[in-house]
Amino acid sequence: MEALLAIIIGLQTAGGLYLVMRLRTFSVIIGTALLTYSVNLFLFASGRLAINMPPIYSKYAEGYTDPLPQALVLTAIVISFGMTAVVVLIALGAFLESDTDQIDVRRDPQDLDLDPDEVPLDVDSREPGLQEPKGDFAQ
Amino acid sequence: MNHWIIAPVLLPAMFAAVMAMAMRHDLLLQRVFSVAAIVALVMIATGLFVTTLDGTVQTYKLGNWDAPFGIVLVLDRLSALMLVMTSLLAFGVVLYAVGSDWDSRGRHFHALFLFQLMGVNGAFLTGDAFNLFVFFEVLLIASYGLMIHGGGGMRLRAGLQYVVMNLVGSTLFLFAMGTLYAVTGTLNMADMALRVRDIAPGNEALLLVGGALLLIVFGIKAAAFPVHLWLPGTYANAPLPVTALFAIMTKVGAYAILRMYTLVFGADAGAVGDFFAGILLPVGILTLVIGATGVIGAKLLPRQASFSVLASMGTLLIAISLFSEAGTTAALYYMVHSTFAAALLFLVLDLVQDSQGVTIRAPGGLVASLFFAAAIAVAGMPPLSGFLGKLLVLDASRGLPETPLIWAVILTTSLMLIVGFGLRGSRYFWKPLDPNFTNPANLDADGEPHPAHPIKPLAVTAAFVPLVLLIMLTVAAGPIMEVLQDTALQLRETGIYIEAVLGPQAEG
Repeated sequence: MEALLAIIIGLQTAGGLYLVMRLRTFSVIIGTALLTYSVNLFLFASGRLAINMPPIYSKYAEGYTDPLPQALVLTAIVISFGMTAVVVLIALGAFLESDTDQIDVRRDPQDLDLDPDEVPLDVDSREPGLQEPKGDFAQ
Repeated sequence: MNHWIIAPVLLPAMFAAVMAMAMRHDLLLQRVFSVAAIVALVMIATGLFVTTLDGTVQTYKLGNWDAPFGIVLVLDRLSALMLVMTSLLAFGVVLYAVGSDWDSRGRHFHALFLFQLMGVNGAFLTGDAFNLFVFFEVLLIASYGLMIHGGGGMRLRAGLQYVVMNLVGSTLFLFAMGTLYAVTGTLNMADMALRVRDIAPGNEALLLVGGALLLIVFGIKAAAFPVHLWLPGTYANAPLPVTALFAIMTKVGAYAILRMYTLVFGADAGAVGDFFAGILLPVGILTLVIGATGVIGAKLLPRQASFSVLASMGTLLIAISLFSEAGTTAALYYMVHSTFAAALLFLVLDLVQDSQGVTIRAPGGLVASLFFAAAIAVAGMPPLSGFLGKLLVLDASRGLPETPLIWAVILTTSLMLIVGFGLRGSRYFWKPLDPNFTNPANLDADGEPHPAHPIKPLAVTAAFVPLVLLIMLTVAAGPIMEVLQDTALQLRETGIYIEAVLGPQAEG
């Protein structure tokens, strides 16, 4: 059982790492989600694996499994859920602002689609409410 | 139990929640409450700092559960020092954000600001490793909001990279926690320190893996080589006042390294030895070299300032890696200095950017002089405290086999910082944007050149806050050094910390 779980966690982490290093935000987000799933399994296993053992006091229990990792996993799930929501929103914002979902985007002028509202990146990235960047501040 | 210990976490949390819900549409009310909360934080932190001066370590058991079963907050000299530093920094930055109208460029600036302070204060106070993770997440999620405050394509993109980097860092933190829990069976730092000391033979390798994973996580926060790559893009693209507040974020990483690697993986942990000190020294040196090279090479002032933060983190990591009393004292002094110096630099840069006119870059001498002062502080030249800090680091590293290397790197990079700031500063402030003053586009109706934009009085005053703190740090260096020396001593006497958390019977 330990070997099976270790292999699953390892494969999932490898997949997550691969996706995180991709160029598109969508696969990066899926990658972080995969990573959080595998870390949750890992945390679960850190209290040693036990089958049919209750984590809390029970009159008929022959033994107990460690309850603390289960509490940790719950915390980690809640936090990673919130974080995924945040990263999806920021990615959406970045996509809508710059019209591409590449993670390190510097748009090529030729790549602009034919949308008449399209503005090139150097115009687009200007601070609202700030003077046009000049001199050593210009991008 | 001293209930004030939890106030630095509770106060900003409650104010921020009320602000986000009840004062969403009233900026004035938000400003008043935000400044009031931070002034209260300064007073509470100072009060707590005074109570730690007698050398006692105080604990606060949440829900009155005894450690190691419940979570404890621990207030010792180091955490009190960090609290004071955070609240003073926040005071200057929030005044600046109000004075420069940055807080009106997006919603919920003040609420996010206070949530960030809650996370930072909690990370400094907690005595539980998993709780440290939770507070890291609190401060990170607030920093994501602050980072993209004001919007804009470039900023959102840099924000996305920052978030992804930190999400991977958080995952790594959980892997480290899981490994350490599997080896030691506890998450309370004091208890973990005891268990690490008599680790079962055969488990040392797993322990080292856990410790090394944790070091990578704290390295990401502290922007240490090779996981420093997120810092320049993030700092240069975030709103500059927010970047000034982020000066504390890298110090959270440095604090965590200082805490975990003296208490848990310190000199008393025989199985670990000086494994981590041996890693930290080259990491610090490489970070310093990369930062200084970036300062010379960067073309844009905010980017240059971001690289100078990297250089200061390198110096700090070198000082920490000595793990001696003098080294830690120097690290603490340099940490306080570099926090305020970085904040000063970024606030001044925002001032420069804000007041830049059509033909003239900055109004008169005041802003340029402020930049000059900030550059002196960051580069570590006399008369400001950066010089003392670097001198302390050099002095602390004397008489080691690595001394020639450390001295050569620190002195050379200092020169590189001076050259870099001199180059960009003189180019920027002494050269008009358009030297053609007869160009009609550069003249107003009366035939006079367009003046630079007027500076905002409150913003300038706020930028003086970190400068005044730096001057105080320099003038009162003697008494401050005594306090820091006691702090370093207390950090090395891990027995006091462990006894305060677990009770006297645990020792031995």
